[in-house]
Amino acid sequence: MVNAEIQVQHADFDLATEYAQLSCAYSTGAIVTFVGKVRDFNQGDDVAGLSLEHYPGMTEKALASILQQAKSRWSIQTVKVIHRIGDLALGDQIVFVGVASAHRGDAFSACEFIMDYLKTQAPFWKKESTATGAHWVDARETDTSAAERWK
Amino acid sequence: MIKVLFFAQIRELVGCNELSVAAGFSDVEALRRELVGKGDKWALALDSNKLLVAVNQEICALTTAIKSGDEVAFFPPVTGG
Repeated sequence: MVNAEIQVQHADFDLATEYAQLSCAYSTGAIVTFVGKVRDFNQGDDVAGLSLEHYPGMTEKALASILQQAKSRWSIQTVKVIHRIGDLALGDQIVFVGVASAHRGDAFSACEFIMDYLKTQAPFWKKESTATGAHWVDARETDTSAAERWK
Repeated sequence: MIKVLFFAQIRELVGCNELSVAAGFSDVEALRRELVGKGDKWALALDSNKLLVAVNQEICALTTAIKSGDEVAFFPPVTGG
């Protein structure tokens, strides 16, 4: 029985707390966590902050489908995704993916797969604030090709 | 009725989050063409080149059939993470 949890929220998250939850079982031999953050540059612009929009209902379903696919491909014990929405400042945490498994190979692969699919399939949209105004971020071809390699 | 939702730059361009339309469209493309007829901003926002569509919260093709009670969403390629 795989434990999978999804949270879409305005609030920040604490990596140590999430790690403690992932590492509580003695059968767990590997934990991989990823945190995505707001950086100060993107696509040639200086970024001052960003705002994240989502599609309530569909976003959670899309994330559940991605976790389901990960569970069917790798041996996973616990998996959790947290994605923040609303206004975020430079340096803020945006997304957390944590995978607990018996062995590192499954945990590394599943974590990367989940991020690659999240970036191309989960309905979230970023709007960046820059010195010249706010604009919607363009989807990247490199994200599409990163997701394609898992097929 | 069909519930139609718009997100991100599409929502901003058309100036609304959500509207209801009477059923009677054969597929998503027929609905899209009807909305494009509402004006230049709608045509620009719903240009089919880079448009994603979901019916009942599942991504699908413009050729997907729709019926009364469905929820149809139009949005640009996603950029989360």
